[in-house]
Amino acid sequence: MKTYYNPEDLKKFGKIGELQKPLADKFFDYYGEVFAEGALTAREKSLIALAVAHAIQCPYCIDAYTTDTLEKGCDEEQMMEAVHVAAAIRGGASLVHATQMMNKINEISM
Amino acid sequence: MKSLKALENPIAEPAFELEILEQSKIDSFESKLDQIGLFPLKPTQIEILQINMGKMCNQVCKHCHVDAGPDRKEIMTPETMADCLEVIRNHEISTVDLTGGAPEMNPDFRWFVEEIRKINSTCTIIVRCNLTIILANPKYHDLPEFYKKHRIEVVSSLPYFSAMKTDSQRGNGVFDKSIKALQMLNAVGYGIPGSDLVLNLVYNPSGAFLPPAQEALQAEFKKKLRDKFDIQFNSLFAITNIPISRFLEYLVRSENYEDYMEKLLQSFNPIAAENVMCRNTISVGWDGFLYDCDFNQMLDLKVDAPDSQHIADWNMSSLTSRSIIVNKHCFGCTAGAGSSCGGTTA
Repeated sequence: MKTYYNPEDLKKFGKIGELQKPLADKFFDYYGEVFAEGALTAREKSLIALAVAHAIQCPYCIDAYTTDTLEKGCDEEQMMEAVHVAAAIRGGASLVHATQMMNKINEISM
Repeated sequence: MKSLKALENPIAEPAFELEILEQSKIDSFESKLDQIGLFPLKPTQIEILQINMGKMCNQVCKHCHVDAGPDRKEIMTPETMADCLEVIRNHEISTVDLTGGAPEMNPDFRWFVEEIRKINSTCTIIVRCNLTIILANPKYHDLPEFYKKHRIEVVSSLPYFSAMKTDSQRGNGVFDKSIKALQMLNAVGYGIPGSDLVLNLVYNPSGAFLPPAQEALQAEFKKKLRDKFDIQFNSLFAITNIPISRFLEYLVRSENYEDYMEKLLQSFNPIAAENVMCRNTISVGWDGFLYDCDFNQMLDLKVDAPDSQHIADWNMSSLTSRSIIVNKHCFGCTAGAGSSCGGTTA
């Protein structure tokens, strides 16, 4: 193994069932249902997935959902806005903890 | 930007394109058809005559399967058009689909349309108009009126409702001109609810991926074009890029070729295979030779009907009993929801 991440491995995702089929089947059935048209459109779900892929920094997911959002008719501007949503939440999640820091400062300061 | 032919790129040669298709690792299209009982592929009924009026075009789009452009001089002569008129006169052709290049750049385009209308007052005449031609020269400014007069159905490419994506595929400034041309078409009644003047748009992906669901994309196009530019249209056709000519060159150059072919194979849809457009269409080349479709035309794969390979030798019975020539590029028409000159097929 030369690298931990190989783009070709994405195509092998379905093969995880070779070692534990019942759980894999349940996961892929669930996965398929999650991304089907529902109260949210498949397009909206794809953009959410793209944003989450960046939040969790999963190269496979970024590869898959960049293609998928394009195939759902999204353009680059919409895709980048979705990534900014992920970045804003991640950044905000750090910054909001500053309130704890401020609480502590107050607690121990004269 | 020049055509592949002018650049002397080997992919401009059909034999070289066929070699690249042959080298792909994916299964043959014949074997895939065989698995679903469709091989050999036979026509259903010949209803559509798609006529390529020439390869000359005012645009040089990156994905063009015709390799059209200003440097292409191949153009249909009035004699070949007269042969086409004979076929339209003598056979039940319900749709005449005029394409190119920019068909309007053929000097005999208007005469040909008028003659078709004289012969058949009710058939559908489609013109695949690239929109910018309407603004390219004052002599084309009245095209919307001309289309209206002859009740032509206008089909026009607009890859997206934003300039960035449209211009990256079709050339700088194409989006703004296309918007202006669409507004001119709307102004004479095209695409307006209640009007019988039909204006359809064509989306095709700007890269190595498949088109979105046609219906959802149409709804978004309608909303965006109406809200931003006050433009209306009838239907959106979502078309898959076929791996030939300039798109094939892009796939090879960007190292997306094999993955794209694999994606087409993985997305094979038997229903789309049953409904492929070559089953009810004959494609006529600028020089009068006959093909199963526009893509086979570009690959120089003439119809498998030895006594009816040219419009002047049209033999309906030979053409309807022929076997359609297929190759790996055909996976483009059978992927996902299917693809044809009229949009999805499944």
